[in-house]
Amino acid sequence: MNIRHEFDDTGPDAEPLRHVRKPLPHDSARRHVMGAADYIDDVREPAGTLHVAIGMAPKARGAIRSIDLTAVRAHPGVVRVLTAADVPGKNDVSPAAGDDPMFADTRIGFHGQALFAVLAETRDAARRAAKTAIVEIEEEAPSVSVEDALERAETVLPDYGFGRGEVAPALDGAPHRLQGSLRIGGQEHFYLEGQAALATPGEEGDIHVLSSTQHPTEVQHVIARVLGIPDAYVTCEVRRMGGGFGGKESQATQWAAIAALGAHLTKRPCKVRLDRDDDFVLTGKRHDFRSDWRVGFDDEGVIAGFAVTHNARCGYSADLSQGVVDRTMFHSDNSYFFPAVRIDTRRLLTNTVSNTAFRGFGGPQGMLMIEHVMDRIAWATGRDPLDVRYANLYRPGADVTPYGQTVEETDTLRAVVETLERTSEYRTRRAAIAAFNDRSKILKKGIALTPVKFGISFTLMHLNQAGALVHVYQDGSVHLNHGGTEMGQGLYQKIAQVVAEEFGIAIERVRITATSTGKVPNTAPTAASSGTDLNGMAAKIAAGAIKARMAARAAERFGIPQEEVTFRDDRVFAGNESLTFAELARDCVMHRVHLSEAGFYRTPTISWDRANAKGRPFLYFAYGAACSEVIVDTLTGEYKVTRVDILHDVGRSINPAIDIGQIEGGFVQGMGWLTTEELVYDETSGRLRTHAPSTYKIPVASDVPEDLRVALFPNTNRMETIYRSKAVGEPPVMLANSVFCALADAVHALDPARPVPLDAPATPEAVLRACEALRGNPLPGSAPGGGGRVA
Amino acid sequence: MRDAIRFTRNGTIREIRDAHPRATLLDWLRLEERATGTKEGCAEGDCGACTVALGRLIEGRVVYEPVNACIVLLGQCDGADVVSVEDIAADGALHPVQEAMVAHHGSQCGFCTPGIVMSLFTLYEEGARPVERATVNDALAGNLCRCTGYRPIVDAALDACAAPRDRRFEAHREATARALAEIAAAGEDLFVGDETRFFAAPASEESLCALLARHPDATILAGATDVGLWITKALMEIEKIVWLGRIEALRETHATPETLTLGAMVSHAAAHEALAAIDPDLGELMRRFGSAQVRASGTVGGNIANGSPIGDLPPALIALGATLHLAGAKGTRTLPLEDFFIAYRRQDREPGEYVRAVDIDKLRKHDVFRCYKVTKRFDEDISAVMGAFRLRLDGRRIASARVAFGGMAATPKRAPLTEAALVGLDLDDELAWAPALDALARDYRPMSDHRASSEYRALVARNLLFKALAEIAGAEGTRIAPRIGGLAAAE
Repeated sequence: MNIRHEFDDTGPDAEPLRHVRKPLPHDSARRHVMGAADYIDDVREPAGTLHVAIGMAPKARGAIRSIDLTAVRAHPGVVRVLTAADVPGKNDVSPAAGDDPMFADTRIGFHGQALFAVLAETRDAARRAAKTAIVEIEEEAPSVSVEDALERAETVLPDYGFGRGEVAPALDGAPHRLQGSLRIGGQEHFYLEGQAALATPGEEGDIHVLSSTQHPTEVQHVIARVLGIPDAYVTCEVRRMGGGFGGKESQATQWAAIAALGAHLTKRPCKVRLDRDDDFVLTGKRHDFRSDWRVGFDDEGVIAGFAVTHNARCGYSADLSQGVVDRTMFHSDNSYFFPAVRIDTRRLLTNTVSNTAFRGFGGPQGMLMIEHVMDRIAWATGRDPLDVRYANLYRPGADVTPYGQTVEETDTLRAVVETLERTSEYRTRRAAIAAFNDRSKILKKGIALTPVKFGISFTLMHLNQAGALVHVYQDGSVHLNHGGTEMGQGLYQKIAQVVAEEFGIAIERVRITATSTGKVPNTAPTAASSGTDLNGMAAKIAAGAIKARMAARAAERFGIPQEEVTFRDDRVFAGNESLTFAELARDCVMHRVHLSEAGFYRTPTISWDRANAKGRPFLYFAYGAACSEVIVDTLTGEYKVTRVDILHDVGRSINPAIDIGQIEGGFVQGMGWLTTEELVYDETSGRLRTHAPSTYKIPVASDVPEDLRVALFPNTNRMETIYRSKAVGEPPVMLANSVFCALADAVHALDPARPVPLDAPATPEAVLRACEALRGNPLPGSAPGGGGRVA
Repeated sequence: MRDAIRFTRNGTIREIRDAHPRATLLDWLRLEERATGTKEGCAEGDCGACTVALGRLIEGRVVYEPVNACIVLLGQCDGADVVSVEDIAADGALHPVQEAMVAHHGSQCGFCTPGIVMSLFTLYEEGARPVERATVNDALAGNLCRCTGYRPIVDAALDACAAPRDRRFEAHREATARALAEIAAAGEDLFVGDETRFFAAPASEESLCALLARHPDATILAGATDVGLWITKALMEIEKIVWLGRIEALRETHATPETLTLGAMVSHAAAHEALAAIDPDLGELMRRFGSAQVRASGTVGGNIANGSPIGDLPPALIALGATLHLAGAKGTRTLPLEDFFIAYRRQDREPGEYVRAVDIDKLRKHDVFRCYKVTKRFDEDISAVMGAFRLRLDGRRIASARVAFGGMAATPKRAPLTEAALVGLDLDDELAWAPALDALARDYRPMSDHRASSEYRALVARNLLFKALAEIAGAEGTRIAPRIGGLAAAE
């Protein structure tokens, strides 16, 4: 056992800090462990609340001939059934493209799609009634796989590509060329709290909705759209989610809107809480890909040209696929320079649930693909995979990305990788592993060290804005509100630390309040790792403005210049005088000083012209690296991750404990994506066959490497972010690419002359298939999720 | 005859007369008690967010086990103490595992946290000291967390369990023992409901037979780790439930040097030690059986009776050699375990008949045993392939063989052609193993499903037989996790 986690505070701040940079617990930690933190289903519902269950399509594709709801309506306890015909506004819950009907009314797009909703006195009655509908579909063969969609040439969005230089001559002129296809599986979010919403009708058409959403503004907006009422009639509130991971960015909206429609029509509160199986079937997942690539390189493995076409399975509608697949493109370089490059994408329509945001938002797929290519180059040249990575790492003079943004911190990137190479003892262990593999016939070990470079900012420019609302009351207590949502990532706590720091008061004096569209309007989703960067800055601006007015009042009262007023230790100091923060607050109220402020922040510097593929889409990059070691049983494909070393750059941390929690949690989630989490769709019916934790396997405690060493890289954000920190939500997911590459490395020991045809997820079956291929006996067929096909 | 379910919660005796027979403990807690700390994450006993501790009186002491409240029926709480996450912080002072979870940043979104706290609570209160990391991992195998990556949770558990034991809960345990003794009333049948809809828990096999004769259509309930899903997922309209949990005779374990007899209602947790004593591989199989919550609820008899093609216990027991005892109104009968499984989910069990016990043939001198469970995820997963092998050796030759697999056919199934081909093989002549390895392809035609493809299953089955032979022949370096007690423990 050798588990440790370290953080290093890199030098002093301008002033000593009381709250920021401290490893304070999550604001709700005590409530969590006592079962006293309320999620939507825990809120005592108003008397007369109706419970909602969803009626689902029994086929994946075709025209709806009829939906007979007679038995549903007659079922005991049923109060009303909602269908597309009941929608007073627009029957659309999509984030942008207008292609997500709340209830399918003419055609079915995927197996399980929502057709109607049952409102009943109990949840049990609603669920039972929903199963009694008789639905007739003119069934068509669904597109399920990438190949199905390519054959039909059906897409949800136009093809898009960008690049630099002339790739064909670069490839042709390179001493060595390789090409291949990598299949990359999707991923179910498996937030522990399923989708939930409680809508309560108010007077004259008002709707108040509690929603487990990362995007309250969109919930508000879509409810208004569906009901045909102004946004101002709708208030969406969210105190916390039981996990989000991107799965509640656009996907929470439909359930909130159905609850709102029920409340609107019956004038009774309506609650939706999806059963876990229904949640799996009804909500989108991480996009799965088939990425077809070509690369040209020299004897040292230095890339001359690279071309890739990402075939993304988007599901039946666009949802957020434009941004997701664009981010795949932005991360197809990961940390490597390509002199000539072409990145193309197809956004394929399949008759499966619409794939959506998931932590990393397309980035992980692009990065896994290029890490696989690095391994392929290493196997072809006989060089150590880490040396091939070094040979291609961004460096001064070779620091421009395929989309034209300069990588300004090439020194950080290299330092992270070199430091981890040293601290993980990569070279020594590589030699020990080679010796082990020479002796061991059945068991093989593998090791890999992979870097992460992840771009921070929404690539949809207008989302890079945030608001906060801060009130100081006359007893000196502070009401904190902002547009970010709390899904477990510790955002509320980090921002409370920022505000307490600003006012120089005890953090207990800052009351964190639920996110509400009534307090901060027109917000961006809490996504793209941007929650703290954006909302932290907005809150600091708001608190700073109030503080300035309070300082002015203190200066006036004590007759000194305002600059000489300081706030610390719950007191305000003005020359030789001082008073408590509460006393000054009361004094301000008495002297008619405004103690409330709406702060607003927008990210500077960034720009992105998608049509011309030009600009600086990211304010900065977050860096990291991981070194993973595995052991594989080549008779069964079973494996164990035995040791992982992580070094990650969060700039200067606002809360190192929370940041380490994000790093470890993100890594393990990424490891699940690349190992045991396999989504299986029935190839003929399009039905999702892995729709519960019994069949879809996310990591458990024993899957976490016993030897896990996580450290923060001492760094300072060169951009003026909140306390010079860096975003941390998504980048650590891609540290898990090292696990995938280590598994391939272990299999490679079976025959160093052959490349390892390993697809993701590397389930035991996929690993055994790769082993058999290296033994020269490739297995026919494919793994259940489509991996390991014999080409 | 008693007409109310009786259990305790927070020192109070609760009597329930009007609950639906299908009502779950989770729904009762959340909807009736408004104790919403316990969460529903999956409603199928897999994620552990609903974990609560159930205490039962065992030899005068209340012993607590973690259970998944989402699939424990309220009636199964009869005679037990229900402890949920709200109940363990006395007067606002957190329990040591709660304190440690806060101190180690063990919660992020917090939704899985109550269940994790309750799993750690039972580990803390019932577990031996010192507590190792592997023990914590086992205690948490049935608790999914999607945020933290578990490291801080495991550290919290180790930290809490390393400190001097906090005895605050003992007062509750002692007071509860008195209350449970008061409500136990042995020998009294429980029948809640009427002839068309009831939850019944007879106290004797005599009463059970009489009840089953009257209601051959009733659903026989053991641990509810499968029947619970018929209710929460399939929404089956089960109206008549007969629970075997109050019949002491069915909970008995009996061992002779040759035979281990497990009553049908012996839980997997209770059977673990006796099975591990037969062979370390059986111990490892039981360690990986479901999760701590599932092993506490699930029973040996239930795992056999429900006839899953991938039930973990039957292949191992068939390979060992096991005899099943059935009973019913028409009397009792016995049959070899392998004959019980007729076809997919179809067993040789008459309406009104129930599984009583299983006799397991222990290993003798010159016997060796191996079993392997191959899954996508090591812990808390259902087998893609489960292979079990019992060989009798005559020196370095195989004198006889019993081979059984799960996941390779519609039922747990023996491999007669392979067994025949194994007889006479020389352990030192690897090339001569081929006919036996090849025979597996004639014994089994596995199917493809979401767990594995048929090609994978066929190859893994072959490789497992190879691995068993190699290990028995003395090979090392065959396992990621070494066989506990060394490679030749049973010889």
